[in-house]
Amino acid sequence: MEQFLAAAAEHRQLIYIIILSIFVGVEVIGNVPTVLHTPLMSGANAIHGVVIVGAIIVMLKTETTLGEVLGFVAVILGTLNVVGGFVVTDRMLELFKKKK
Amino acid sequence: MASNLLEIVYLIASVTFIIGLKMMSNPKTARNGNLIGAVGMTLAIIGTIFLYDGGHEVSAITYVLIFGAIAIGTVIGWMSAKQVKMTKMPELVSLFNGMGGACAALIGLIEYPHAVETVEGFGALLCIVLGLLIGSVSFSGSIIAFMKLNGTLSKAIRLPSYNMLNNVFLVALFALAGYVLFGSDVPSYTIYALLAMSLGYGILFTIPIGGADMPVVISLLNSFTGLAAATGGFLYDNQAMQTGGILVGSAGTLLTLAMCKAMNRPLSNVIFGAFGETGKAVAGSASGIKGSIKDITISDAAILMNYAKKVIIVPGYGLAVAQAQHVIKELENILEERGVSVKYAIHPVAGRMPGHMNVLLAESNVDYDKLVEMEDINPEFAQTDVVLVVGANDVVNPAAKNDPASPIYGMPILDVEAAKHIIVNKRSMNAGYAGIENELFYDPKTSMLFGDAKDALSKLVTELKTL
Repeated sequence: MEQFLAAAAEHRQLIYIIILSIFVGVEVIGNVPTVLHTPLMSGANAIHGVVIVGAIIVMLKTETTLGEVLGFVAVILGTLNVVGGFVVTDRMLELFKKKK
Repeated sequence: MASNLLEIVYLIASVTFIIGLKMMSNPKTARNGNLIGAVGMTLAIIGTIFLYDGGHEVSAITYVLIFGAIAIGTVIGWMSAKQVKMTKMPELVSLFNGMGGACAALIGLIEYPHAVETVEGFGALLCIVLGLLIGSVSFSGSIIAFMKLNGTLSKAIRLPSYNMLNNVFLVALFALAGYVLFGSDVPSYTIYALLAMSLGYGILFTIPIGGADMPVVISLLNSFTGLAAATGGFLYDNQAMQTGGILVGSAGTLLTLAMCKAMNRPLSNVIFGAFGETGKAVAGSASGIKGSIKDITISDAAILMNYAKKVIIVPGYGLAVAQAQHVIKELENILEERGVSVKYAIHPVAGRMPGHMNVLLAESNVDYDKLVEMEDINPEFAQTDVVLVVGANDVVNPAAKNDPASPIYGMPILDVEAAKHIIVNKRSMNAGYAGIENELFYDPKTSMLFGDAKDALSKLVTELKTL
């Protein structure tokens, strides 16, 4: 119990970030019209592509060939997620804007 | 200096993600919101490449590899996103989601040996194992979802007592993860076993779920990938990954629940698929529906619509599959020229994803004001001469209101039966994905126009032109 409390106190900033981010996530899309569900899902999909930052860090840190190779693949996959996600979302939203 | 600057870059990126998502929930600002998110992402990526301190001298080859990988990913991602047909878009979203999951899983795989060697503490190991597990499930699940939407895997595959099987598999997966976390002298290949089992679970999890429920599954897997990205953020103490990941995790979960609510089904029902089984039972009781099916010819349908004052079109899944969105716009134009008022009734779950139908119809330049949401259009059906239902079934099934035994009972539907005439375009008399009969088709006011949506609507347009 004491250990748990110590760990919680030590990581309190992290815990704040987690809790506040969850609330922000819920709040931000709270009143979305159904019409925008699909573009929003796609937009959120692009944003979790931020995982590419982790892949780049791996490549900058690694000292093994296996790490380089896997990191290389990971960066490609992450880029696909980011670029594809944002472009598809933009294409969807472009259609909404055009009329009128 | 560099690392402080990088922290600021991550702060800016986190804020753009929040603002971007917020703006995306309003049709007016949505497009700019997406761009703002993209700008923040670009900043975070460039910042990481040039400002991150990896603890040792980084060779030029590494930079070449990083830029090479980004170039490859950008070209493929850009091309596929630009070229995909709007009807195929949900598949692509699912595929990109899978890529993100795979990326998170690979990070876990690469970092695992370091975490074990250097004993960076239990926290790091936990992040790695969770990232690997969630990322892999998201990857294989998304690929299955992609194949299902694509039609490669068209049938819901149900192994005997698959719920039981899945749960046993899940327990085994957690047990293995626990062993990797807490065991002493864990053999190095165990992490690959964990990877294989996680991939396997993603497949088992997704494969029994029917194609029409895929949007919910994709949304759920989307929030999984968000969580996987967040675990990477904890591992590297990286704020942009943390906020981005958790934000998508929570927003994605909420979006998943909103979709389930629109279909009036609890999430557990979608995942554990009680639908197929209850559907069969009800099909038996519903076969007692009295009345008979009435066919209508193209020319009769054309005449009926030509002399109507008000026509409401109910587009559904079948319209999307047949890619008939352009033909339906043509039909609208002709009718409007003849002075017929035309509107579209959009059910919240019409198409393959909520809002998918709006996107499809917007693509063929249907006026935004003509797309009316369910609550607003339902009172109008009573004053409508002809309702044209194109490839929709369960969203116009009166059983949702009348038959408490029906699996879709309680789902809000479009009250098309209030109209004077109903024309239903369907490929065949097969039941909808819920597997239940639709008594609307037996209504004396209803006539059936069998055939592929695109084909039937083109003929209808040709016929109307001759009138």
